[in-house]
Amino acid sequence: MALIYLALTTFLLLTLVVNIWRVMRGPTVADSILCAQVFGTTALAILLLLSHYFNNPYLQDVALVFALLSAITAVAFVRRAWAGKTEGIDDVD
Amino acid sequence: MMWIDISTTLLLAVGSVFFLTGTVGLLRFPDLMTRLHALTKADNVGLAFIVLGLSLQSDNLWQVAKLGFIWALVQLASASVAHLIASTALEQAPEKKER
Repeated sequence: MALIYLALTTFLLLTLVVNIWRVMRGPTVADSILCAQVFGTTALAILLLLSHYFNNPYLQDVALVFALLSAITAVAFVRRAWAGKTEGIDDVD
Repeated sequence: MMWIDISTTLLLAVGSVFFLTGTVGLLRFPDLMTRLHALTKADNVGLAFIVLGLSLQSDNLWQVAKLGFIWALVQLASASVAHLIASTALEQAPEKKER
């Protein structure tokens, strides 16, 4: 099983590397935040795989924090940095 | 024990195929909405299969519950974020016609 965990971790890391191309090219900022979302989810999967590989359940708690943080990052980005540029958006503060 | 290992391997492989699909869609699809569609596949189904495969290997029920909780949290978060991004993109549609 350990070999499978490592192989899948490497595979997921490679898909992340491919995703960087879209982050750099992304025509709008929204594409970059989509990629950030993918990075968050893939990092989550990698952490869960590694927590089984190292037999270390604490990495699952790290994954939990990552799940919360990536959601908050995306929401904060959309509300503040992206939507804040136009006047039409309803004000939150 | 062997059957559990085999089904774990299968579930994990299917999960990574969905992650690969999300990546390919993110790279190849033409505009923001279709990319959002590809992203949610990787987020929901890919992670679900990986969580399923790993819960078969977990030691106790508490670990399985935590894995399920992580997945439910990601579901909730990705659904709201996708909706937020899509509605903001629609509101800004007139000024960003270029791709």
